[in-house]
Amino acid sequence: MKKSNDFEFDDLQGLLRFGYGKLTDSCFMLLNIANVEAAKQWLKTAPISNAVTMDSPPDTALQIAFSVHGLRILGIGESIISDFSDEFIYGMTRNENCSRRLGDIGRNTPERWEWGNDSVTTMPHILLLLYAKKGKLEAWRKTVEDERFSQAFQLLRQLPTSDSGRFEPFGFDDSISQPTIDWTYRQSTDPHERDRYSNLLAVGEMVLGYPNEYGQYTARPLVDPKKDHLATDLPDAEDDLTLKDFARNGTYLVLRELSQDVPGFWQFLDKASDSKPKKREQLAASMVGRERNGTPLIAEHIPGILRKDHGNHFTYDLDAKGNHCPISAHVRRANPRTSDLPGNITDVGIIGFIRRLAKILGFGQKPEEDLVASSRFHRLLRRGRSYGNVLAPEEAIKPDIPAAKHGLQFICLVANISRQFEFVQNAWIANSKFNGLHEEPDPLLGNREPLMSGEGTDHFNRPDPSGPMRKTCHLPQFVAVHGGGYFFMPGLRALKYISALPANGGNSSS
Amino acid sequence: MTPQSTFMIAATVRVGQLKNLRTLLASMNKVPGHADPDNSLIPFSRFNRLHFARFVIIEATTTHEIKEFGVKPRLWRPTLAFLGDIDGNMHTFLAELAEQAESGLKKIFSHCDDFSEEDQNLLEWMQAHTINPKANYVNWIGRTVKQIHEEAALHRSLSTYLQKIVDDVGRENIRILRQKLLSHVEMEKYKGRLTLSPPEPTPTDWKIRNLLHMIGVPLILLLLSPLLLAIAPFFALRLRMLERSDPELFIRPSYEHINELSKQEDWDVSNQYSVFGDVKPGLFRLLTFKFILLLTNWFARHVYNRGFLARIKTIHFARWVFIDNNHRVFFASNYDGSHESYMDDFINKVGWGLNLTFSNAVGYPTTRWIIKEGAQRELAFKYTQRRHQIPTEVWYKAYPGLTAVDLARNSRIRQGVEIRQSNDAEIREWLSLI
Repeated sequence: MKKSNDFEFDDLQGLLRFGYGKLTDSCFMLLNIANVEAAKQWLKTAPISNAVTMDSPPDTALQIAFSVHGLRILGIGESIISDFSDEFIYGMTRNENCSRRLGDIGRNTPERWEWGNDSVTTMPHILLLLYAKKGKLEAWRKTVEDERFSQAFQLLRQLPTSDSGRFEPFGFDDSISQPTIDWTYRQSTDPHERDRYSNLLAVGEMVLGYPNEYGQYTARPLVDPKKDHLATDLPDAEDDLTLKDFARNGTYLVLRELSQDVPGFWQFLDKASDSKPKKREQLAASMVGRERNGTPLIAEHIPGILRKDHGNHFTYDLDAKGNHCPISAHVRRANPRTSDLPGNITDVGIIGFIRRLAKILGFGQKPEEDLVASSRFHRLLRRGRSYGNVLAPEEAIKPDIPAAKHGLQFICLVANISRQFEFVQNAWIANSKFNGLHEEPDPLLGNREPLMSGEGTDHFNRPDPSGPMRKTCHLPQFVAVHGGGYFFMPGLRALKYISALPANGGNSSS
Repeated sequence: MTPQSTFMIAATVRVGQLKNLRTLLASMNKVPGHADPDNSLIPFSRFNRLHFARFVIIEATTTHEIKEFGVKPRLWRPTLAFLGDIDGNMHTFLAELAEQAESGLKKIFSHCDDFSEEDQNLLEWMQAHTINPKANYVNWIGRTVKQIHEEAALHRSLSTYLQKIVDDVGRENIRILRQKLLSHVEMEKYKGRLTLSPPEPTPTDWKIRNLLHMIGVPLILLLLSPLLLAIAPFFALRLRMLERSDPELFIRPSYEHINELSKQEDWDVSNQYSVFGDVKPGLFRLLTFKFILLLTNWFARHVYNRGFLARIKTIHFARWVFIDNNHRVFFASNYDGSHESYMDDFINKVGWGLNLTFSNAVGYPTTRWIIKEGAQRELAFKYTQRRHQIPTEVWYKAYPGLTAVDLARNSRIRQGVEIRQSNDAEIREWLSLI
């Protein structure tokens, strides 16, 4: 068993370990490479922050990620590129099927995006993330944007961000649910030992080059150092010691620029609750699945977990019908907190074995039970930042509220874009048939586009112990997509490899 | 109860006709891969016993993989397959098809080898080219297309009406709510806007055959059990040997292939899946495969016929078919959700079941004791199943927008209309479904 300080945190970009919450000011830049050599020179000395903890937290941080075009332009050969996942190579708008699945249709359609929709002209090469303590961003930006920087890059777009603390623009605490990465391999990934939901997640789910929750290594570019001498300094591939691992300690970064119609949200809720503030608040909380301060709508806590950790340590097992937290509530969809097998088996010995077998064979289930299982394979490490000023509901419902832009620069880090981000966005968020529901996509994120059969997707239902559900109909679209892309956030040795690539590319042909 | 049955008509495509056939089949579609229900060749919607149908051109794109076993690939000619899942008897349905879509079917099948448009008796030809599956799965045996439509209409009607009355009556007055809903159904039935047809009597011959099958298979296995027990150690030994020596093919499918398949997917809440590959060489694998499918078929028919296949509740129909003299296997299913979620659900919930059957097919990831690992080798599994998947030229579903879970819920709502709940908890449960 490895100790925490054995992990190669010095090769990891810090975002995989920290949210940089104390660095309240941030600036996300989408860059194009104007001069390849200058860009490599800048990369050589760029102060990219690693994931080593320091005695006192830093005042600033800098993180970098590349789109597939960026890697190509810097001279990464096709032998490496082609070993990345299809999702990364061909992108978030790679075909219409992908857009259908991600809910990027109707108002969300990529044709309307402001960036990222056309792989050649609007997809940036590099994503640069700058973080700084309050008031220190300008100075940090000047340091980063040195002379070589301005020679190397061209700013395609600066994504707005603002410091709204833990809260997203609708006013809800958005910083609670995160997986805890199991840096020290404390937990087995064997399904026989994973009957209960756990928030602890195998490193390989977030960081490439390590075993994931299946105990497997996600496919990624491995390089033969005999053919590519530059690769000698790359980390070893754990699953094939003759090869070097270009992606080890790296991750995929998913970015989606989302706008949120804050007045539209609260005005709709106000109307739906007959302008009664308490009712409005309840309806909003049931849509989100938490109160605005982040308290989950589930009272029960898991035995052995301190009450103070309640915010992220609960499951919906005791609220199967959704009487407390609706099945369709945003946080219940984004992470259903289900284990590999439904319910808990407490019996041991032969009785326990038979019960287990019966469950595996699907017997003794209620019709709506076990529709969504094994959440551990679909977790996201969220690192987004919101933009726009905080607007209280009381303000937002005023009819004369001046127009202002609000939204979220949604960022998540995953090792498998398809099984993690795209799965969650498709099967859990956009799907109006999630977990036995119908007509109900995510109440916050749904695009409300009807199905091919004409069935609507603009409902939100709250199951009620009295029997009939409390239905809210004709939900408008509250959140729209304005851009997005998949990036690769390399480990620091891979970054060095990139910056040392010879001119004219051809890294692997040498 | 009307039991479901299934048909599959397959014939090799005439040399040089492949492209024409593809164009003709595509002309039946509204969007890529999805039939226009009223298309002029086969107006599917007119066949009210038909649940699902598809045209697939079965091509052996992965047949070279068997070379890894030291076996020469067999020749395979592209084969057109027309398959469907229906209520009631297959033969009467084929007759219905031949009668109502004669010209369209003739036009399509004229691209096949031994079919000539002029002098052919279509029905006889179709019957002669029928292939029976080795195992067949029906989500809910006895649930007809008619019933599905009637129950969906009932749900819609009750849902709207409940919305209207709940504020007047109060959500706590559940008995009054129920009474009002029941009278609403009566009124709507009287006005002819709702129909709830009683089930047809179960055909006697089907009942007998079903009973014989139910008893027969376990009985034969029981009789053979001393023999099976005696060969078990040898079986285990040979299995482990093969599991260690079978080559694992970790080949990533091309993006063009995946792109081609995904064009047809995710237009509706359900999708189709057609997969084709070689059975691993050797009698051992073939017999194991056949034995497992015998069991699968028995369980599907007599145990998993009420909305779930082990832990999976998203499959409407599925079938396993041996073709080419037992050298190849074809699998087709109709499932809810996207391809990725279907596969993830499979790996995590019934990986053992996939391993049992498909580990006997070329390209499947290595298993241990036939149920362990296999599908759990996530990427190898995902690659192999996508690589062996073939496009479905035309796909028809009689009830777009409805998932298998929707169908089960609607049936429960209907049940609540016909059978009075005995206590308040049951009434609340029923109301919560609407």
